[in-house]
Amino acid sequence: MADFALPKNSKITGGKTWPKPAGATETREFKIYRWNPDDGKNPSVDTYYVDTNDCGPMVLDGLIWIKNHIDPTLTFRRSCREGVCGSCAMNIDGQNTLACTKSMHDVKDDAVKVNPLPHQPVVKDLVPDLTNFYAQYASIEPWLKTTTPTPQKEWKQSHEDREKLDGLYECILCACCSTSCPSYWWNSERFLGPAALLQANRWVTDSRDEATGERLDNLEDPFRLYRCHTIMNCAKACPKGLNPSEAIAELKMKLVERQI
Amino acid sequence: MSGSPSSMRTPLGRVRNLGASHSGTTDFWRQRLTGVAMTLLIVPVLVVILTLVGRNHAAAAQILGSLPIAIILLLFIIASTWHMKIGMQVVIEDYVHNETLKLVSIMANNFFCFVVALASIYALLKLSSGV
Repeated sequence: MADFALPKNSKITGGKTWPKPAGATETREFKIYRWNPDDGKNPSVDTYYVDTNDCGPMVLDGLIWIKNHIDPTLTFRRSCREGVCGSCAMNIDGQNTLACTKSMHDVKDDAVKVNPLPHQPVVKDLVPDLTNFYAQYASIEPWLKTTTPTPQKEWKQSHEDREKLDGLYECILCACCSTSCPSYWWNSERFLGPAALLQANRWVTDSRDEATGERLDNLEDPFRLYRCHTIMNCAKACPKGLNPSEAIAELKMKLVERQI
Repeated sequence: MSGSPSSMRTPLGRVRNLGASHSGTTDFWRQRLTGVAMTLLIVPVLVVILTLVGRNHAAAAQILGSLPIAIILLLFIIASTWHMKIGMQVVIEDYVHNETLKLVSIMANNFFCFVVALASIYALLKLSSGV
């Protein structure tokens, strides 16, 4: 059966409360998931206080401040700090999003609760193992496939056809959508998940691609595609405002269209 | 199925696994088809059921003996049991991960829905033919 409870060694127990920074007049409480693969202990939630007068407004600013001023062992991914790279995707205040574009002032709770992306193996602290997620992306073969010899200059596309890629090409593969999807939680080995399927639709929709039918063939499967039940958590979570469930519905419609 | 996470198979090999089954669209389409059919049929079916309330056997047999009424009920039985079968299979595929248990559950689901459909159709035909 699907696992509805955490395994014994994944249950959160205790956690350390770090002292408030000396001399800070305004602080914000952060409750952060911690797990170290090397100490053999269960995960815990540590409490930190960030000096908001010495720190930028985003949750990522808070995490970097903690790492620089309180606890250098706190581990998380980050790079562009402007919502382009997708590295700092994590679960903040119960919602998957990017730490760099989520303001800590938008968190209504007293504490800013930060956890790794749900239902993925944890490498350390806030770093999830996304190996399966990336392999699923690779499996949809995200590149232009053509049989016609490559033209001298470029593959042409009308403005109308290019517009059809809007809402699809902007995906940054942060995994916020896939890891928020219950269907993906229960069947992540076989269901491709919203991110890979949105990307699949991006290549199925591309007017320059000549492998549309093969692409649909590879998706037509009760598990790869049809595990999507339009729960819409993906669209709610997407920090880029995309709608993967709509893209998946388009794929289903194309599959129906070609057999009716 | 595709091996435990500790298997030495590559991640892409695990994802590709046995390949796509090239099926699922027919069930997806039929689920919508039967859903729309039930939406259209539910009002006439309710009217028939309400008409039958409080009637004796002879009166019920007479009402159900009418061809359009019998056909409406037959269509509703077929659409709803078919819909029930597909819906339950989706739930099983979502939550049951043990391959043997999944196979047995899907088989049992098919048998159950078929028996319900057949029993309902038999009962209806028996009544509408006045027996």
